[in-house]
Amino acid sequence: MTIGSPKVRVPTTPVKKGEMVNVKTMIQHPMESGLRKDKESGETVPAHFIVSVKAVYNGKPVLDAVWTGAVSKNPYLGFTLRAEKTGPVEVTWKDDKGQEFKAAETITVA
Amino acid sequence: MENKDFLVVNRRGFFRSAGVAGVAVAMGTVMTGVPKTAAADINALIAEQVGQGNITMDKVVVDTPDKAENGAMVRIPVVVNHPMEPNNYIEKVAVFVDDNPKPFVASYTFFPESGKVDIEFRLKMAKTSTVRVVAKNNTGALFGFSKKIEVAEGGCSG
Repeated sequence: MTIGSPKVRVPTTPVKKGEMVNVKTMIQHPMESGLRKDKESGETVPAHFIVSVKAVYNGKPVLDAVWTGAVSKNPYLGFTLRAEKTGPVEVTWKDDKGQEFKAAETITVA
Repeated sequence: MENKDFLVVNRRGFFRSAGVAGVAVAMGTVMTGVPKTAAADINALIAEQVGQGNITMDKVVVDTPDKAENGAMVRIPVVVNHPMEPNNYIEKVAVFVDDNPKPFVASYTFFPESGKVDIEFRLKMAKTSTVRVVAKNNTGALFGFSKKIEVAEGGCSG
């Protein structure tokens, strides 16, 4: 199963200061809860899931997520932030094996 | 003669053990099924995430259908109608599925800079269950939403 390809999407055109902006994020990850049994072998599939997602805008945290194995695989996360000035939205995902993924996109404030 | 008896006893013993093991396996199957989480357990899990207190069933809106086709991917959009100002903002939102093997699904911490609590993600549901979302503001006041979502096909691994 593919793991990684972290993606962040912000509006491609400039936004106004104070405007609420939608940010969309996506990553490829199995999000194995450790509770699922393999259909063929009958054995429990070991846990392997993202435990945290952090989003920072212009150096300030805007969202900290704590996830469990009950979040769907290839997890999508959308959130909103208030545009203040042109700068990056940086998102970091961490999984239970200590693997870290990062992606960033810049919001342009006209 | 003694040997023969020994074998017979042994064989009986074997079958008895097998019988007991069979019952144990059957019980195990039942017991490892998804247990129904008692209300007290859910309250303890909520308190663990956002603290204790009365939950006002207001301000939190989760616009999700009553039925989910696929329990492996249930869309949960959460909006909290509350200011996001430096001294008056939503600090945390936690999401629970009562009848999942592990009811706590996710939590989200916000900041005044977040501007608005308006998120969307997808979660797994083992079967039809109540989904709860509880929001805490910076003074510790709790707001909540709960809804039963019917699941056509379970996500089998909450």
